[in-house]
Amino acid sequence: MIWINQLSQGILLGSYYALLACGLSFMFGVMRIINLAHGSLAVAAAYGVWVLADRFEIHPFMGLMLAVPVMGLVGWALHYFVLERSAKAGELVPILATFGLAVVMDNSMFSIFGADTRSLANYIDTLAYDGIDLGPVTLGHLSLLTFVVSVGLLGSLHLMLKHTALGRRIRAVADDPASAELSGVNAKNANAIAAAIAMMTVAVAGVFLAMRATVDPYAGPPQLIFAFEAVMIGGAGSLWGTLLGGIALGVAQSLGAQMHTQGFLIAGHVLFLVVLLARMMLAGSSLKQFYKKSK
Amino acid sequence: MAIAPLVLDAGAVDRLTTLFIYGILALMWNALAGYAGLVSVGHQAFFGLGAYAAVRIADAGVSPYPALFLAATAVALLSMPISAFMLRLRGGEFAIGMWVIAALSHLLVNLDTLIQGETGTSLISLQNYAADERRLANYLFALGTMIGLAWLVFFMLRSKTGSALQAIRDNEEAAASVGVQVMKTKRLIFVLSAFGCAAAGALWLATSVTFQPKTYFSVQWTAYMLFMVLVGGIGTYEGPILGAVLFFTIETMFGGTGVIYLIGLGVVAVLFALFFPRGIWGSIDKKFGWQLLPVGFRLKTNRKDQRA
Repeated sequence: MIWINQLSQGILLGSYYALLACGLSFMFGVMRIINLAHGSLAVAAAYGVWVLADRFEIHPFMGLMLAVPVMGLVGWALHYFVLERSAKAGELVPILATFGLAVVMDNSMFSIFGADTRSLANYIDTLAYDGIDLGPVTLGHLSLLTFVVSVGLLGSLHLMLKHTALGRRIRAVADDPASAELSGVNAKNANAIAAAIAMMTVAVAGVFLAMRATVDPYAGPPQLIFAFEAVMIGGAGSLWGTLLGGIALGVAQSLGAQMHTQGFLIAGHVLFLVVLLARMMLAGSSLKQFYKKSK
Repeated sequence: MAIAPLVLDAGAVDRLTTLFIYGILALMWNALAGYAGLVSVGHQAFFGLGAYAAVRIADAGVSPYPALFLAATAVALLSMPISAFMLRLRGGEFAIGMWVIAALSHLLVNLDTLIQGETGTSLISLQNYAADERRLANYLFALGTMIGLAWLVFFMLRSKTGSALQAIRDNEEAAASVGVQVMKTKRLIFVLSAFGCAAAGALWLATSVTFQPKTYFSVQWTAYMLFMVLVGGIGTYEGPILGAVLFFTIETMFGGTGVIYLIGLGVVAVLFALFFPRGIWGSIDKKFGWQLLPVGFRLKTNRKDQRA
């Protein structure tokens, strides 16, 4: 019975990872850039909404309404001032630049907010702890809301890419920027919009993180690792894959925690490595070749 | 430099030992990022594992200084299976994939009861040596390791491997198509960098004596490596050494300011990535064509100033 509970909690936790990973997956799919400041940006958005709630008594959901457009602008600026510029110097330079940005953001948050952990749970009334009792399993209202928002967001991003003019432009640039430009698409613009959309989802993820748990100034890098694992487990570049990847990660962690006190994080990392291994073996090489062959 | 301890006071010798360890880290990270095109943000894994292996091996009864060397070798062996996973990943995937390895290593080391979780432990057998003896030994070992690795990288770059590496960095598919053994060459440099970073971790343990997993597996080490290499000049032979000296100087001057110092390092790294991605030495090399040590091959033509 305990396992059924762990499984369902894992699925709900996984939907948070999918929410967190969707911006990373989106940017990777469109611009082929992995933003190493992804986790730190989510934590920064969470701190922003926390300040609104703590100092100005603005409800976190109202705060989120403000944070989403602000983070959209941040994404736009990030693209113009950092990603676009550094990508010109070589494909490795955006990694260096966004890693440096993460170091700056984490330490700046530490110097502004100090080492204390913060949470939005105190500002959302009973949503933080209410739940539905289903026999052996209790599903938290907040976790269910996270699930709905996550699936809704990934679904609408998917529909937007597939069926709108903007989506077609973004996909065209992702496939081949030069040809897209030839047929009249402004590649720079399409990428900037994609970065802005990705950062809007990061704002949502950050606020849900701070509602379900606590954040501290150095919480960004672990969140980046979770998001990355969700993307890689699900298969890079596919939004539905990211949802499944996030859920697989959440379930692995949840079951791992049940098996061993330290098992929560270890199980997630091990699943990531096992999926990498399995993917190589499915690609048609035995374990021995996997080690020897180049591709 | 080997006779420097005879004339300098104890504090200065300790500082120089630190500088050499930074030099090792910069050299190793540059070999991987600058020559093989593999940016890792998880090399603190090898730094931490090197120190951990030294604690473990010394605990098994080996005297501490041989244990340092054995630890680096053990980590180099461990890095082979890790390379099988990680070298399939490209670009940013490799970067964060290594971070996962670092996080996992940290968690697994914490499970070892000898380490007592985050409380950590010490390399107790170092107490058998007098403080002065230990200081001198650390200094010489750090200097020797740095020079040894620098020569190794130099000869590697001068050999066929060096040309292969740079071909891979510039275009992996093209390199493979003209017969470069991409995987073998990448693995060689990956294992070398693991060995070097593990040696640096073990040496750091020898100077500080205590082993706390949190400190050794901190991503700050990668931030330092990235800063030194990026500012010095990524993909140049002289750059990382220059970067290590600069970083060491900045740390000596501002290290006490804590978090502000870290913000400053990050800002400088971002500015270099955006405006001077070649770094200081790379810009000098481009402008004046200076190279202290000729690691590249240069095609000479009759026309003046034409470089290939």
